[in-house]
Amino acid sequence: MTQNEQQPVAVLRIVGTIGDQALYILTDLGRMGVFLFFALIGLFKPPFRFKELIKQLGFIGAGSLTVIFFTALSSGMVLGLQGYYSLNKFGAEGMLGSAVSLTLIMELGPVLTALMVAGRAGSAMCAEIGIMRISEQIDALECMAIDPFRYLISPKFLAALISVPLLTAVFDVVGIMGGYLAGVNLMEVNGGSFFAGMQQSVTNHDIRLGVIKSFVFALLIVWICTGRGYFVQKIRGAGFGAESVSKVTTQAVVISSISVLIFDYLLTAVLL
Amino acid sequence: MSDANAASPEPAIRFVDVCKSFGERARRHLVLDRVTFSVPQGKTTVIAGGSGQGKSVILKLILGLLRPDSGQVLVGETNVSVMGYKALQELRMLFGVLFQGAALFDSLTVFENIALPLRERTKLSDQEIRNKVTATLEQLDLTGHDEKFPAQLSGGMKKRVGLARALQLDPKIVLFDEPTTGLDPVMTKEIYELFSMTQQRLGYTAVIVSHDIPQIFALADQIVLLNKGELDVFTEASQVPYSTKPSIREFARLVMGQQAA
Repeated sequence: MTQNEQQPVAVLRIVGTIGDQALYILTDLGRMGVFLFFALIGLFKPPFRFKELIKQLGFIGAGSLTVIFFTALSSGMVLGLQGYYSLNKFGAEGMLGSAVSLTLIMELGPVLTALMVAGRAGSAMCAEIGIMRISEQIDALECMAIDPFRYLISPKFLAALISVPLLTAVFDVVGIMGGYLAGVNLMEVNGGSFFAGMQQSVTNHDIRLGVIKSFVFALLIVWICTGRGYFVQKIRGAGFGAESVSKVTTQAVVISSISVLIFDYLLTAVLL
Repeated sequence: MSDANAASPEPAIRFVDVCKSFGERARRHLVLDRVTFSVPQGKTTVIAGGSGQGKSVILKLILGLLRPDSGQVLVGETNVSVMGYKALQELRMLFGVLFQGAALFDSLTVFENIALPLRERTKLSDQEIRNKVTATLEQLDLTGHDEKFPAQLSGGMKKRVGLARALQLDPKIVLFDEPTTGLDPVMTKEIYELFSMTQQRLGYTAVIVSHDIPQIFALADQIVLLNKGELDVFTEASQVPYSTKPSIREFARLVMGQQAA
């Protein structure tokens, strides 16, 4: 075959590969969409698994408290110090409470909580569902005519939708306390003006924005992490067995973290 | 390739011209090619063949976990291939399944594993469930292991727990996917005896997928052999070496040795 004859073949191969990849992505998105639909339907299907819900609340919520506490404290203290450094240049240290609380409530609280939950609980949920899939436990549920969405997935969805906003609230409070510690106790900003600034600047709208973000992030994390685990055998390039679970778990945490960051911008742009 | 065998006037399961392939377009691999056979009611059908010949695929097609590319899979008069999710859920109530690795739930104890279908699919009280599960544990010689987790059980015990769970809803048809894989000869014999005992007692239709040849043939009322896309059906193990299909004869020679020569 001459070089001239080879060129169209190479072009066709490239177009074919792009088309193939596009089809795979579309199929994958469709699959994940159907998964989300059934998981949400499962929330309303009796019998409800209260014990499982409590267990998941303990795992996603209570179990994440330590990491959330330390992340929030550190972020709040850093914000307090850096805020003081910046505001001091303009003689506006009195605005520290306002700067720390708005940043935490609208931005850092929901985002960092979501990233921590994705890393800690999201990865575990993905691995658990993935292992259940490869060891035929999900097939076994289906064979016993037990809806795997109602039985396995929906309690995780509900627990995440309850836990993440509450963890975000904890993050906000601990973060503000961290900011207070750094700003007031260490840098000697006036405590009264710290809280007064916060009280004057934080509105219901700001809090609502933080709450909406935390609900959306919770849904993204639990959807992506459980969905990737559920379809572990259908994910291209994931391989087989334990290796596939490990690869897909990493992928789930990366995708959910990136999604959180993208949706953070979109929600801020739309709702601010 | 196809073959037909109407061993019973009212078969429990029928495969009619079923094709199933896997993989993506250019790399597509045809596993079942126009497969036709029947599973007689109340009898034991053994499906045997080499690895990758589509034995487990047949079980998944019966359960509606996979859909055929073409053809029909009929359970009674119902075409599983075109059923919706809800109808499939109802149909699956007819089945009990013993998976290759037993597929026990890691986070549940032996007792909870066996009780799961009763808790989820019946309205029995906690006490009734306890009584039924305790009776099953006794019958399958699992008393004293009820609080253990699957990770604490031997391979044979896992299979017994899997069988106990599969039989809880008194299924009409029980599917066994490689029931003796990974077990030593003593444990294999024990599982076969357990199978015979439960089938005699409950009278279910059994479909056993296995490569434990020729031992598994002793349990069979009907043998379905798969090899290289060809399928043949026998009512006696002694007929196997005289199959009209060349690849089946070749397979029989390989796995049955002198008996087939």
